[in-house]
Amino acid sequence: MDYNERKSIVNMLSTVIVLGIYYWSVFERFDSLTLTTDEQLQFWAKAILIAIPISIVAKIVVMIIFAISNYIITREDLPCFEDERDKLIELKSTRNSYFFFGFGFFISLVVLAFGYPPKFMFIALILAGIGSEIFDNLSKLYYHRKGV
Amino acid sequence: MKKSNHSVTNNIRKLRFDSDEMTQQQLADQVKVTRQTIVAIEKGKYSPSLELAFKIARVFKSPLEEVFSFKPESDKP
Repeated sequence: MDYNERKSIVNMLSTVIVLGIYYWSVFERFDSLTLTTDEQLQFWAKAILIAIPISIVAKIVVMIIFAISNYIITREDLPCFEDERDKLIELKSTRNSYFFFGFGFFISLVVLAFGYPPKFMFIALILAGIGSEIFDNLSKLYYHRKGV
Repeated sequence: MKKSNHSVTNNIRKLRFDSDEMTQQQLADQVKVTRQTIVAIEKGKYSPSLELAFKIARVFKSPLEEVFSFKPESDKP
């Protein structure tokens, strides 16, 4: 397993753990509150906006720890540039994750159209966001292993 | 000759061996890609761009057709 494959796995796990814990606490808080529809929309908008810096900071910290531990364990220098294959893998993985998120967005609209409360729309959106991140990393892992 | 998923085959492994057993890392450094890309090309898991293919051929001082060859799917039995 090379550096890029390990990086994809670590990225995927950190996304699931960090965002999983964060959204778990958000759902618990949401269930303990009694909100009007407008307040619910505001609540979910704030929750998603707060999730963005949390996931960025968490990703930076995890990548620093990963780079250090990877060097200690393998004694391999980090790749200092991206070549054409890396860029192609990045592009294809991003395309796949956009497809996944697009599908999740569509589902969230269907949920709303069928008259479910906004909570379920946001659950679909959050799952689409986390799922697209996982799909992105799984795609990278697949293309690195099986070829692109 | 290494068989590829993309019907593009290559002789890189043999040519490296003939060039004083050049390592994958040495070839990667000369054509400015990562070693993983050379590994993927040799295994037939990645078809390089035309530019990279020419760079690799230049390293071995061989014409492109000697390093890479293409066999369309329709030609296969």
